[in-house]
Parts: sequence; structure tokens; C-alpha cells
Amino acid sequence: MAANDRTDSSSEAHAAYRAAYEKASLRDVPFETMSGVPVDPVYGEAPYPGQYPYTRGVYPSMYRSRLWTMRMFAGFGTATDTNTRFKEILRNGGTGLSTAFDMPTLMGRDSNSHWALGEVGRAGVAVDTLADMEDLFADIDLSGVSTSMTINGPAAIVMAMYIAVAEKNGVARKDLAGTIQNDIFKEYQAQKEYIYPPRPSVRIVTDMLRFTSAEMPRWHPVSISGYHIREAGSTAAQELAFTLANGFAYVEAAVAAGIDVDEFAGRLSFFFNSHSDFFEEIGKFRAARRIWARWMKERYGATSERSMLCRFHTQTAGVSLTAQQPENNIARVAIQALAGALGGTQSLHTDSFDEALALPSEKAARIALRTQQVVAHETGVANVADPLGGSHYVEWMTDEMERQAEAIFTHLEELGSGSILEGVYMGIENGYFVGEIADAAYRFEREVNDGRRIIVGVNEFTDGNEDDNSELLRIGHEVEELQLKRLAEVKQRRDDEAVARALAEVTAAAASPETNMMPPILDAVGTYATLEEVVMAMESVFGTYVEKAII
Amino acid sequence: MSNAGQDAPLRVVLAKLGLDGHDRGLKVVARILRDAGMEVIYLGLRQTAASIVEAAEQEDADAIGLSMHNAGHLTLAPTMVQALRDADLHTPVIVGGIVPDVDVDELLEAGVAAVLGPGASAAEVAQTVRDAAAVGS
Repeated sequence: MAANDRTDSSSEAHAAYRAAYEKASLRDVPFETMSGVPVDPVYGEAPYPGQYPYTRGVYPSMYRSRLWTMRMFAGFGTATDTNTRFKEILRNGGTGLSTAFDMPTLMGRDSNSHWALGEVGRAGVAVDTLADMEDLFADIDLSGVSTSMTINGPAAIVMAMYIAVAEKNGVARKDLAGTIQNDIFKEYQAQKEYIYPPRPSVRIVTDMLRFTSAEMPRWHPVSISGYHIREAGSTAAQELAFTLANGFAYVEAAVAAGIDVDEFAGRLSFFFNSHSDFFEEIGKFRAARRIWARWMKERYGATSERSMLCRFHTQTAGVSLTAQQPENNIARVAIQALAGALGGTQSLHTDSFDEALALPSEKAARIALRTQQVVAHETGVANVADPLGGSHYVEWMTDEMERQAEAIFTHLEELGSGSILEGVYMGIENGYFVGEIADAAYRFEREVNDGRRIIVGVNEFTDGNEDDNSELLRIGHEVEELQLKRLAEVKQRRDDEAVARALAEVTAAAASPETNMMPPILDAVGTYATLEEVVMAMESVFGTYVEKAII
Repeated sequence: MSNAGQDAPLRVVLAKLGLDGHDRGLKVVARILRDAGMEVIYLGLRQTAASIVEAAEQEDADAIGLSMHNAGHLTLAPTMVQALRDADLHTPVIVGGIVPDVDVDELLEAGVAAVLGPGASAAEVAQTVRDAAAVGS
């Protein structure tokens, strides 16, 4: 299955490539080495970047036209605190906003829930009502930024709040650009931030696909994420395979719901981890593009080119960061960022060196952004698309990643009697995914523990492991108090009858599979119904999911 | 408590308290302790102090291991210890995960038996549980 599709005659493909390249607008920088030697936009053989199956990149000119988006994840304390950090990121040359929510928000709980004790505003920003979302994006022109929101279980509600904030500020929903993670499958497999059982959750996802297809052409309604699968302990190949399989499963679910594949597939995007094994990562990124293109075209009958493009965000591997000698993490992040760039990512988040200890401090977050700016502007890697293409090792690694992934797809198809969607449901129910991930995590820990795998500062080279936590970002208890006060105020001044009516509509929509959930959710958040109230309005129909405890 | 003698294997309850879903570390710890000959009662995700107390009581646990990755340890760990005391249990509580060094003393003062940081070896993990169980029994 590892063919490179070298069917075009080489010269025809090259002519097509040149024509496509010449149509692209380019950045106004010299495309030459530091010593002044001009370099070509690509080297080697067809298929070239921008040509099926896109192994070498999704666009012909790649970073010559536009560097990857430097998207830094931020969110802590109150919405106002995060708003300040957002403005700082924009001032510092960041080009996209990325929002981290706190645990209660991610789980659809309000800050005054007993579950929220000790968690409010700690691992991200707390959003209870539309009022918090208004604070979060205050004085930021939402028509001029692209916003990524990392939330899954209650994604529909948070997306509705974002739309409501924009519309209050006179920005139409059709002009909103951004991504909501909304990848519920990997929650059951790895991140564990689910609310409802898989099938009703997927129904909400398909409702969002339909809604955004019709009304939000610049919005990416699902970011199919391998990142968390990898962080939970999977291998690179498992990350690749589980992620793409989840992607296929969403495609099958949407098609089964009657949506044409080319209507939504072009706005699906992906999110991968970039870990420390440099060539394995690059092979993984290249294989992801090739597999997605081939499956979309051959199996799902996509005809639009955009439907075949695996466009992805990358984040460096949080799990690779060590609490020991944390400054060494800057080197790890730089290498992982470089792998992301060489792998052709569309956007990149670089982790802060202190994240093994706490949320990033301001200085550490700045160094992380600077690290990718060094990769982008000083190393020359942005001058040439897929600069490692044609390397014997990199091509072999790409083929190997594809081979391993295809073996996993075959297993899932067997589980699902020919359907990847049913195979993914089955793999969630029977513990296949969590078991595979836990096995790989344990294998890795054994290797580190036995000294067969060296982690600098952890099991070797440990001189200098004196700790210094003095500059860690600390979130005080006052955040929780402020947030509880804010929530109480909002509840005080809203129209409770309007809230109740809107919530009843949400419940009614949940009970009616033919009704799209988005309009009633939009109405509900507009009445300042809380996140948890809207969650519960659906939970009364959908039920909750409880994982079987498997080690 | 009664099983902390030399022959019977130690019984350890492992749980994620609260909403935090990071369970990679706790699952690895579960296997490490099992490999070290202990009996692991793995409660998994989304436990409350009450559900953990109940399990510790029913399972006659020698130790409780909590894994915390969301910076909620200063609130949640003391709550757990207090809930055990309220139930008249003295089962030692060991906290692992992401706990900055500067917080360790506060946790120990609150009655946590031990704190295991990232990078602790399998031997350290098992020994910490044995030591805590010996003191707690």
C-alpha cells in the first residue's frame, strides 16, 4: 500500500507544479541561503507539494506563501485575565488565538458545582455564561482573528456563545474564522472529557457539521486530534491510525446523516503531536496526508480537492517535558517544532519549558513563541517545501507509518463489520483503544525505568537537578471567589422564565433526532443560561457516559 | 490496615479525584504496584472523596494513591484526608502527578503521607507506598 502514485510523467507533473506555484503569492523575503545561494521552491520527484496524494505538502508553495500560523494556547484565571494574555499574544506577533478552558468548563459544569471544587480557573479559563465569553473576547475584533477553542463535550454550547459574542459586536457568523476541537471520539479513547455516551455525542457533532456547512464557511467544526492520544501514551503509528480512523468515522456519520461528503470534509482539520523522535514524526506527518487523501478519494468518493487535504495543527509533546532541569525543555521543544515545520504543518503551538511544573509563566510562553520564530525566520526551512522528501530514510519511514496505520484500520473494519464508524464505537466499548494506549505507555515507562531509553535529566545526566519553582505561574483562590460572584450576578439579572423556556426547547430538540441542536442552543446561551444548565437540558435525554475502569 | 503485615499483599486504592482526566500516570502506577506484588483496587476517573472513603473502607485498603494534574491538589488532597478522618479512617494518602516542590510541605502538613513527583522510578513508587502503609497501619 506504500506506492507513491508516480503515475504522471515526471515532466508533466513538474509543469503542473510550476504553473500552480507561479499562481501563488509569495512572501517578500529572499528565498536563498544565508550565504546568498538562491534555492528552488521544491526539489526531487513528483508528485510535488499540492499534488495528490499530497505526501509532500498540501499547497504548492507551502511556507513561501505563508508561514505556519503561530498559534499559542492560553487560558487561566478569569476571562479578563485571559483576555489580557490574548492581547499580549497579538501584540507579540502571534497570529491566532487559542483558548484553554478550565476543567469544570471542559466537563460542562458550572463554577459553583461541587465537582468544580479546587478546579475553577486553574488549568484554563472558566466560562459559565455568555457574560464570561464577552469578557474573554472584549476589545478584540473577531472578524480579524482566527480563534481556536479547545473544548469537546460541551463544544456546541461554547461555539454558540462565541457566535453570540460576535453578533453582539456586529460581526456576522459567516465571517468568523476559527476551529473548535469538538472531537468527541478521542475523549473516550484518551482525554476522557466526555459527557454523554458516544452515539448522542456524535449526533451533536453531525448537527454542528450541518450548521457550520450552511452558515459558517470559514469555521472548522471538528479538529480531529491525535495529540491527546499520544500524550496518553500511544506510539506515533497509533496516534496516526486512531486519529485518521476517527476522521473516517466522522465522515461516515455525516454521510449517514445525509450530508454530502464534499460539503463538510474540506473544513475538517487535524491536530497532531510532535514528539522527540525526529524522523518518526516527520514520517507520520507525511503519511497522514497520503492516507487521508487516498481514503477520501477512493473510499468516500470525495471529488473536491479540499476534501482530500489533511491540513493540521501541531503541538510539541507536553509529555516529553521534564520537571528535572526544565530549561532543557527549550531544546526539546525546538527540535519538535522543527519536525513540525519539516512535516508541513499549517499551524504550531510550542510548549513552554515550565509546563511540566505548572501552567506556563509569561516569560516561558514568550520563549516558546520565540523558539518557533527562530525556526521560521533563521533556519531557512521555510524556503523549500518538503525538504526531506526523497531521503531514503524519510520515505521508508513514511511508508512504514502508513503500513502500521493500515493494519489498524483493517482491525477496526473487522470490529465494525466493514464500517470504520462502527469499529470505532466498538473499540471504545470493548476497551481496545484505552488498552492499546495503556500498554504502549507502560512499555515506555519500563524502558525509561530500566535505563534502556535515556531521558536527559531524568535517568541520565542528572547533575544540576536542583529545583527552582520561584517563577511558576500560581493561580490564587481569589479566582474561584471572583468567578462565583460573577456567576451569581449574571443569574441575578437574567430573565429566569426566558431561560427556562429556552432550556425546554433544548431538551425537546435533543429528543427529536431530526432537529438540529444548534439553533435552540444559540437561543439558550443568549438568555444567559449557564453552561451546566444547557448540558443538563440535553443530559436528561442523552444520559451520561461512565468509563469502565481498565488498567 | 489489617493487611500491612509481611505476608498478605498490600491493598492499594488508586483513584482520580474530581474532574481531572489525566489517567496515564495512574495507570502506569497501577501496573508498577501490581508488578511489585500489591493488590490494586483501581477506581479510575471522576471519584469523589466520599466514593474513595467508601472503597477504602470496603476494600480494607492499606494505602490510597491519588493522581493530580490540574493544579487542584492544594484543595483536593486535604479534602480527601479530612473525609477519611471524618470516617475514622487513617489510611495513608499518597499524592502523585504534577505537584510543584513548593507545595509539598503544605500537603504533608495537611496530612498527606507522601508526594511522588514525575520521574519517580518504579522502585521509588513501590517503596513509598510500602513506607506509607507501614506508618499508617
